[in-house]
Formats: sequence, C-alpha cells, structure tokens
Amino acid sequence: MSRGIKALIRIPAKVVFVGGLFVLSACGHLGPQKNLYQALGGAKGVDAIVYELIVRIADDERVVDRFHNVDISRFKAGLETYICSVANGPCDYTGDSMQVVHAGHQYTDTEFNTIVQLLIEAMEAEGVPTVTQNRLLARLAPDYEAIVYQ
Amino acid sequence: MTVFRWTPSLLGVLLCVLSGSVLAQSEGSRLLATGAAASLEGASGGGIVPMAVLSGYGTREEQGGTLFGSLVQTDDYALSVIGGSWSWHNRLEVSLARQRLSHQPLSERLGVAPSSIEQRIFGAKVRLVGDLIYTPWPQVSLGVQHKQNEDFFVPAAAGARDDSGTDVYLSATKLVLAGLAGRNLLLNATARSTKANQLGLVGFGGDLNNEAEWMAEVSAGVFLNRHWLVGAEYRQKPDNLSFILEDDWRTAFVGWFPNKQVSLVAAWVDLGEVATFPDQTGWYLSLEGSF
Ligand code: HEM
Repeated sequence: MSRGIKALIRIPAKVVFVGGLFVLSACGHLGPQKNLYQALGGAKGVDAIVYELIVRIADDERVVDRFHNVDISRFKAGLETYICSVANGPCDYTGDSMQVVHAGHQYTDTEFNTIVQLLIEAMEAEGVPTVTQNRLLARLAPDYEAIVYQ
Repeated sequence: MTVFRWTPSLLGVLLCVLSGSVLAQSEGSRLLATGAAASLEGASGGGIVPMAVLSGYGTREEQGGTLFGSLVQTDDYALSVIGGSWSWHNRLEVSLARQRLSHQPLSERLGVAPSSIEQRIFGAKVRLVGDLIYTPWPQVSLGVQHKQNEDFFVPAAAGARDDSGTDVYLSATKLVLAGLAGRNLLLNATARSTKANQLGLVGFGGDLNNEAEWMAEVSAGVFLNRHWLVGAEYRQKPDNLSFILEDDWRTAFVGWFPNKQVSLVAAWVDLGEVATFPDQTGWYLSLEGSF
C-alpha cells in the first residue's frame, strides 16, 4: 500500500501533465468548444474539402453543366473564403451575397440538395467528424432561400 | 402467444422491396433518411406517428415511391402491414396500406370463429409549407387517411359504430442541424382528428363517443450519423368504447438507412391494454425500399 503511494508520488511531473492533457481531451466536449474553422482543419482542411467538392461536382451530371463557363479557381477561392468566414475563421468574405451570386439562374431544389450531398461526401472523404459536418451544414442551410429559384 | 405466420403476400412485398431496390435506375436527390420510414398506416413518418416529410427521396422537381412491409408482435396480437406510396415533386404523397391483425387469444376469449381483422387505408398528404432542413420554420403537411375495416364482426360486437372512417392530421417536422451536442435532431408533432378505435382495426366510434376528436402525437430522434437514427414516439388514443379500454401508444426505435434504396426500423412498442388484454408490449420491424 505505502509502496504504491510512494510509486505514485515519484511519477515524474511530465507524465502527470501528459496524462492530464489526455483526460482533458477525452472530455473535450466539456471544455471550451473548438472553433468550427479549426475543427474543419483550418485553411488546409477547408482547401481539401472544397477540392473534393469540386471533383464531385465535375462528376455529377445533375450539376456539372452549371459550372461550364465558370472560372473554377476563382470559384474555389470564393467558396473557401465564404466557408472560412461562416466558420468564424480569420477571413472576411467580401464577395457578393449568396442571393446576388446565384440570382437569375433558377437553381433548383434538386441542384441545391445535390451540392449539399456532394459537400457531405467531400467532408466524409476528408474524415471530418459527424458533429463538425453538422455544424458547418447548419450555417450553410439557411442559404437555401437565397439560392433556390432566384 | 400468437405466433406470426409469414403470409405469402408479405414475403412477396419484401422480395419486391429488395429486388426493386437493386434494379432501381435512379434515386431521388433529397438527403439520406429525409423520407423517414413507413408508418403502420402507410404515411411516411415513424412507426406509429406520421411526419410532415414525404416518402422517398424526390425533390421539388423529382418523384419517387416506396414499398414496405412491417410487423408488430405483442404477447396476444400480431399485426402485419404491407403497402406502398408515391410522392410527386415533394408536394403530394399518396399511400396504400393493408393491415392484418391476428387475434387468436381474443377470439378464444369471446368464443368466436374469426381470428383476424383486415383493414385497408388510403392516404394522401400535402406539404403546405417549409422544408425539413432548409427553412427556419418546420415543414408542415396536411394529411388524410381513409380507412376501411373489412372484418367488422368483432369490432361491431365490441360496440364500434362504423366500419370506415377518415382521419385528418396536421404534422410539423424539423431537422435541427447540430441540434443536440452536434448531432442532428429530428422533432415532429402531429395533431390528428379521428374516431378510429385501435387505428380502426376495432372500427370507428362507439357508445362512449361517436365524434371525431383531436389527438396529440409526437416523435423525436437523434441521428448518430447520417445512417443511424434513434428515437421515440408517443401517440394519444381516443376512448370510444366502454367495453374495451384503449391506451396511448409508445415506441422506442432505431432506424438504419444504409443507402437511399433500403431502410430498416426496429422498435420496442408499448400498446398498453388492447381489447381486454393488458400490457401489450413487444417489438416492431419494418423494411422499406425506395425507388
Ligand atoms: C449551400 C449551397 C451553396 C453555397 C454555400 C454556395 C456558395 C457559393 C459561393 C461562395 C460562390 C463563390 C462566389 C465568389 O465568386 O466569390 C458560389 C458561386 C457559384 N455557385 Fe454556389 N453555392 C451554393 C449552391 C449552389 C448551387 C445549388 C449551384 C447550382 C448548381 C451553385 C452554383 C454556383 C456557380 C455556378 C457559381 C459561380 C458563379 C460565377 O463565378 O459566375 N451554387 N457559390
């Protein structure tokens, strides 16, 4: 018994610190929430998600025609900045509003759902956890009314 | 204990569901699980409570349908349901369901020969406003279920007045993205005007009450991820017959949506007292194919 306690006392501070961190991270949901942008993997993570999304758009006959004359690198940069800013990242989306960007195209309910599904698949491909996916979707879903049939 | 026997028609539907799913040419574009499951009365929803969502995966420009087979097994009753639905432009859903209740213990107690009751239900549901996911307000739908009881002998003996009736219901359903600790939360409330005794299987109206009354029904669930939904339902029931008590129903369910072609729901059910047999708890299974 007393030997056990002595052994405990002699555990180096470094081990206690690392152990404490482990416990903290295991209870991560109790601590302060990670910023959504960080949870998405920051600039690198968002870049990878948008890349995966564009790959899937290019392969989906329901939406690909809509992007025929689009400057894809500009679209990619714009979408990344937009996601970064709605996810409380260090960016400020200064482009046109979702309404203005998509107006006049009569984008359909089918197309909107398709883009959302492809985004989910892109996030899954990048290993984004379910709760992080949901938090991003929660911030993009309200754009529906500004985009569909405008 | 009634042992459920697989009727050929049910088996046929299940085969149809599976082969139809495999052969399906194209699938709808709405997100996985947004067609919910097939309720016992054919409308899309949970096991016992309809929701405002429309069956299948069709968007406002698409259409699609479903086929399903469901079983409820309690200590003294077995209910099998087969049916299908068709949804157009995420606006209108029509559904058909055929229910067959096996009640051998009840027949023995009453000393009568018929040991099953069949009922046909024609349903229609219109989405009035909102989108399950994308609008800040819930999706709201208005539905009707016209029910025809085809074996009225036992219900009439129990005091039921009519062998057919029409339920009218209003449902509001919302998927709150990241609504519960980051998981998506599904909330539904339904108000139903009905005279049906035990769904209509024991006829409509009775000596205690012969008017349609409004009943409250609620369901809630959490998506663990986009394939798995766990939740519960509660359905208030009328009390029209002095001869047989009718309790409110509850379920606790798990839904599995591996893809847009098939879904499977398993549940624990508590139907309370059903036609003189108390404590009818048991299980529920439902397989649905979408195309
Ligand atoms: C959640 C849904 C959506 C979001 C958040 C979204 C967001 C964006 C953003 C941020 C841009 C870039 C604006 C810029 O250049 O800075 C953009 C452009 C564009 N979006 Fe969307 N969008 C959505 C749905 C859709 C849908 C359903 C379609 C149609 C299939 C669509 C088609 C386009 C096209 C074609 C462009 C390029 C416009 C151009 O550069 O001329 N978007 N979108």
